[in-house]
Amino acid sequence: MYKALLVRFGEISLKGKNRSFFVNKLVENIKGALRETGAYQIEKSYGRIYLYIEGNPELYIEKLKLIPGIVSISPVAIIEPEIEKIKEMALKVFDYSVKEYPATFKVETSRPNKEFPLQSPEISREVGAHLLRNINTRRPEQLKVDVHNPEHLLSLEIRRDKALVYTESIPGIGGLPVGTSGKGLLLLSGGIDSPVAGWLSLKRGMTLDAIYFHSFPYTSDRAREKVLDLARILSKYGGKINLFINHFTDIQMEIRKKCPPKYTITIMRRMMFRIAEEVARKNKNLVLVTGESIGQVASQTLESMHVINEVTNLPVLRPLISMDKTEIIQIARMIGSYNTSILPYEDCCSIFVPKHPVTRPTLKDTLEAEKDLEIERLIAESMEKSETVIIG
Amino acid sequence: MREIYLDNSATTRPLPEVVEAMVQTLTDNYGNPSSLHNKGLKAEKILKAARRKIAEKLAVSPEEIIFTSGGTESNNLAIKGIAYQYQNRGRHLVTTEVEHPSVLESFLALEEEGFEVTFLEADRYGRISLDDLRDSITPETILASIIHVNNELGTIHPLAEIGTIIKEKNPNTFFHTDCIQSFGKMLVQPARSMVDLLSISGHKIHGPKGIGVLYKRKGIELRALQTGGGQENGYRCGTENIPGIAGLIPALDALPDYTEENPYNQELDRLKNHFIRGLEKIDRKVIINSPEDGAPHILNISFPGIKGEVLIHSLEAEGVYVSTGSACHSKSREKSHVLRAIGLPMEQIDGTIRVSFSTYNTIEELDYALASLAKQLKTFF
Repeated sequence: MYKALLVRFGEISLKGKNRSFFVNKLVENIKGALRETGAYQIEKSYGRIYLYIEGNPELYIEKLKLIPGIVSISPVAIIEPEIEKIKEMALKVFDYSVKEYPATFKVETSRPNKEFPLQSPEISREVGAHLLRNINTRRPEQLKVDVHNPEHLLSLEIRRDKALVYTESIPGIGGLPVGTSGKGLLLLSGGIDSPVAGWLSLKRGMTLDAIYFHSFPYTSDRAREKVLDLARILSKYGGKINLFINHFTDIQMEIRKKCPPKYTITIMRRMMFRIAEEVARKNKNLVLVTGESIGQVASQTLESMHVINEVTNLPVLRPLISMDKTEIIQIARMIGSYNTSILPYEDCCSIFVPKHPVTRPTLKDTLEAEKDLEIERLIAESMEKSETVIIG
Repeated sequence: MREIYLDNSATTRPLPEVVEAMVQTLTDNYGNPSSLHNKGLKAEKILKAARRKIAEKLAVSPEEIIFTSGGTESNNLAIKGIAYQYQNRGRHLVTTEVEHPSVLESFLALEEEGFEVTFLEADRYGRISLDDLRDSITPETILASIIHVNNELGTIHPLAEIGTIIKEKNPNTFFHTDCIQSFGKMLVQPARSMVDLLSISGHKIHGPKGIGVLYKRKGIELRALQTGGGQENGYRCGTENIPGIAGLIPALDALPDYTEENPYNQELDRLKNHFIRGLEKIDRKVIINSPEDGAPHILNISFPGIKGEVLIHSLEAEGVYVSTGSACHSKSREKSHVLRAIGLPMEQIDGTIRVSFSTYNTIEELDYALASLAKQLKTFF
């Protein structure tokens, strides 16, 4: 029955002269997200996008629902522009999507084809009467018209070559199209949080690159593979992602050798931030993004964040800062990263956790603890051994 | 880089003859054994030859052999097949807490369906008590499934004694044993131990993956889990995996013949003992979890305070392949149920690796592996 999808975007139509830039980005992102879905044609229209599809609309809707910038999606039936056929299709569409009665409705018609013999209000009236007649025969007095506050809106669009009929509206994720808000660098680990933080940044239109700290043999090549998979998942929403794989083993061994165990995590995080900043500068990323949430682990207390953040001047965005684990997991499931994240390979944070990591580090003590590290040399060497993988 | 593969309990490298037989079958003998023409006949001949071969190894008759997709399917088919077929006789089943997950999960699924299952406890070395076993068998017991060689520790269960105990207590209780780790390394002949059903896997004996065997004693019925065109006497339907079956033949040919006088592989035993002696020279605390009288090819050891996973990857950097506890656990967060069942402290479980040998390993390879182990322990821990 449904042969097309109507995609609505809210916020971006407000953006004045930038509108076409935003819409073009969105179209680009839709194309990226539907790469594996099937054939379709895209039509841009004022304030909305139509996708003419082949096959099961559910498959397209599942993907579209998660594309940043899309506010809602309606499956659309298409019929020849003849009033009898339109009436028949309207009833079919209404029956398909409205299951609960009593109900109220309203028919709304737009008529770009001014040659159509009936005017918009007349079409609405005829189709509305057809629905009332048929449905109320089956369910006496169960369907009523309410022009001010209808529970269901049946929309008709009469064009020269076809008529569009739709009523359902499925909410999208909202936000802004990826690629419209500048470029950030995500600190991506193999865990549950960082992909979610990445996705939330994408949701506000950011373009993402990512950095992963690989620490073989402390982290296995399977863990690296897992991070590549997570980056692939993000790239379904966010297009191309440059993934920087930093060689972190030597740094970790040095920290182990030269720093007090209580401080290893704090110092490790500081090293990561320093390296991330360096990569961000070279790669023109304006901000760092992390999956930190207050109090989740020892390195995520405010004291720890304060001390760790001290090494960088870049803004560090933490989209998950106030979320509970359950909320984060919910999003991870929704975006499809959860099952990959929970694969049990050691990541470099879990392997070096000392028995009693410091939860309230001070800057003074931390500086003292890392005084024996040759920070610049270590960073320069690790940068040399790093590689970049382009995902998506 | 050199490659020293010491994870032979997870899987083995197929012999060149195995690969050759498979390629030849895929290339030339691609017929369906059920087809009437000559291509089908050729495929059927391979099937028959393999059936005779494995029957000979087990000292059973070819009709008692069912080809499956592997050890997991053999275990599932034996356990569920018996339980469903004979549930009117009784609904009690007996197994141990140190089985492979394919056995354990089959019993847990049956328990969900209302069968009563006794899981026998194991001692420090993963061995059940024979008195417990005797006590557990009731007139209602239709099946007892006891693993022959435990895949994590290498502990051997005495099948002959177990078979006697089961049948003395209830002659109608069927006896299944998972011989996936033991077959090929020691004497495995069901008739000697009153075994009714026995599972084998092809890829643990340098054969192909995707092929397994279930021995089912004549006269016993099984409810098929996979129905269809009546292959394997209807016990396991689906077009036979002829390339896999063809690959099994040279793998079987390469196995030694074990006898009462020569019940297990001495060569493997030599390798294992050499490795143990080598470990003693390493300047680190090592705990050997495997029993002294365990299977000749499995050695489970702990380095307290060290993460097994990290050790494995550091050895891998030297081309040495070993495993943590058991490969089947590596995909889940949960610690090995076997190592927990035998009461190892958590710290020791974390630091556990399993080294498993094949007759194709050499003493020189083990020396290289031991040297790598010493070196990696010094560098990274």
